[in-house]
Amino acid sequence: MSRLAVPKTYKLFIGGAFPRSESGRTYEVRSADGGFLANAAKASRKDARDAVVAARGAVAGWAGATAYNRGQVLYRIAELLEGRRAQFTAEIEEAEGLTRAQAGAQVDEAIDRWVWYAGWADKFAQVAGNANPVAGPYFNISVPEPTGVVAIVAPQDSSLVGLVSAVAPALVAGNAVIVVASERFPLSAISLAEVLATSDVPKGVVNVLTGSPAEIAPWLASHSDVNALDLVGAGELDWVDLEIAAADTLKRVLRPEPGPDAAAPALDRIAAFTETKTVWHTKSLR
Amino acid sequence: MSGTSLVTARERALAVLGGEPDDATLRRYLHGIAGVDAVGLEQRAAGLGTRSIKTSSKKWALDRIISLVDLTTLEGADTPGKVRSLVAKAMNPDPADATTPRVAAVCVYGDMVPYAVDALGSVHGDPDDGLISVAAVATAFPSGRSSLEIKLADTAEAVANGADEIDMVIDRGAFLAGRYGLVFDQIAAVKEACRRPDGTSASLKVILETGELVTYDNVRRASWLSILAGGDFIKTSTGKVQPAATLPVTLLMLEVVRDWHLMTGQRIGVKPAGGIRASKDAIKYLVTVAETVGEEWLQPHLFRFGASSLLNDVLLQRQKMATGHYSGADYVTID
Repeated sequence: MSRLAVPKTYKLFIGGAFPRSESGRTYEVRSADGGFLANAAKASRKDARDAVVAARGAVAGWAGATAYNRGQVLYRIAELLEGRRAQFTAEIEEAEGLTRAQAGAQVDEAIDRWVWYAGWADKFAQVAGNANPVAGPYFNISVPEPTGVVAIVAPQDSSLVGLVSAVAPALVAGNAVIVVASERFPLSAISLAEVLATSDVPKGVVNVLTGSPAEIAPWLASHSDVNALDLVGAGELDWVDLEIAAADTLKRVLRPEPGPDAAAPALDRIAAFTETKTVWHTKSLR
Repeated sequence: MSGTSLVTARERALAVLGGEPDDATLRRYLHGIAGVDAVGLEQRAAGLGTRSIKTSSKKWALDRIISLVDLTTLEGADTPGKVRSLVAKAMNPDPADATTPRVAAVCVYGDMVPYAVDALGSVHGDPDDGLISVAAVATAFPSGRSSLEIKLADTAEAVANGADEIDMVIDRGAFLAGRYGLVFDQIAAVKEACRRPDGTSASLKVILETGELVTYDNVRRASWLSILAGGDFIKTSTGKVQPAATLPVTLLMLEVVRDWHLMTGQRIGVKPAGGIRASKDAIKYLVTVAETVGEEWLQPHLFRFGASSLLNDVLLQRQKMATGHYSGADYVTID
């Protein structure tokens, strides 16, 4: 007699917990060949609202952590991903219909990007900051500071690499993130959330919503308590409307990037979610 | 707003008790009241909390909540400036929306009353007329641990300074020790001290501090005792002790108020205070009031919320309903 399979329920990740959608809705996630993979939660605007509250609560602690500590925490995520490499490879293989080698290469790429961004955590300020020359007996210093709460529409045609490439740079400077995962490939996003929940990332720093970006993104774009909007994966949506909604509350907006190279690793992605603070300080006059 | 006259309050108590309000008589009376069905009470409160209040009803509820709030600051670090900014917020809760109603009252320590009165100016008055009254906590708030002389002096000073409402604390130690006569006499004496030279009287809110009374039976007895002794309002908590206001406790107190109204025709107010921070919770209280004593109670001289952070949450909800998108803490005051 064959054993009865125990399919996993994929839920949301909000404030360090895994709630079902407030709306109670789910949708079927299918593999590349059309087979049933799992039911994923279909987040509603109220889940987005709860995620913003969780993210806002997490900003102070995460932004206040030392850059060195943030780097360690981000690196730890890469370590844990490495340990669950087989699970992610199998998930991507099924969902995207890739060969095992191709899926494995994607996981490796995702891990490498975590490591790359983790390394920048305590080096970024040295590059992006500056000691400005001024005509007077003052130090004039510019330093990048995190923007706050960043809402991200993850690249839609990638399970893991796209999500990681969008989320990791926003975390480096100390922002808290709400990410709407790929609608077609949401399962790896929630598996990544399980990694985050068991790593050292404080709860609320990363919140993962699955479901329809077309439904959720407008609420995040217009939300007054969201400080920046990364539309990297919103190319298929009415992203101009999202940009207009975001302008009402003066959000920073990154526009959609098409193609497989979306959100390629770059310092600019870290800098996009920082604000430059410049301070004047008197020099000793003896 | 003025409190009930003392003479009728005492006569009414004597008639209800059938004797002088000493320890023995009060004990016989209060312990004769049926015990509380705790499971039933909590289930009823939970049931009332499941109502879904949306759209126009929610809009009405949010505005009503604001007009029932006693905007409170009771910190050791209170300054005249803090009180003035509290009053500014009370008069104009959301400067971006002129349709926002005013709160019912500001609630401060006794020594801050002159600053509150001064800052309110012509807006100082009866909340039933759309004005804002000044409530002062007195009687060695929050512990109540001092002599009666000091409590009376505390009260009289606040009234002389212009307080319209006095929030007194009962002596929980005496109550728990069974000295009901002492608690009764103290409430009656403070009520006397609320009287102004012109014969009118400040309204008296009696704080039971339900978090220290331990059982629902005690809350019910303390509610009866406070009403018998002449309190115009019964209030759950000081906000300094956990748990503070809860829905079951407030429901229980509302039931006492309902029974008292059926018995004597007199309407007593109820004020849950402490721990009510979200609009959603506050709306549950409105439902509970309407279902227990009737919608008639949803006005400032019969129901109040003692709160500080609740107001901001209500304002955020109002903004959401007005603009159609979620608002954030950057769009209300820091307090």
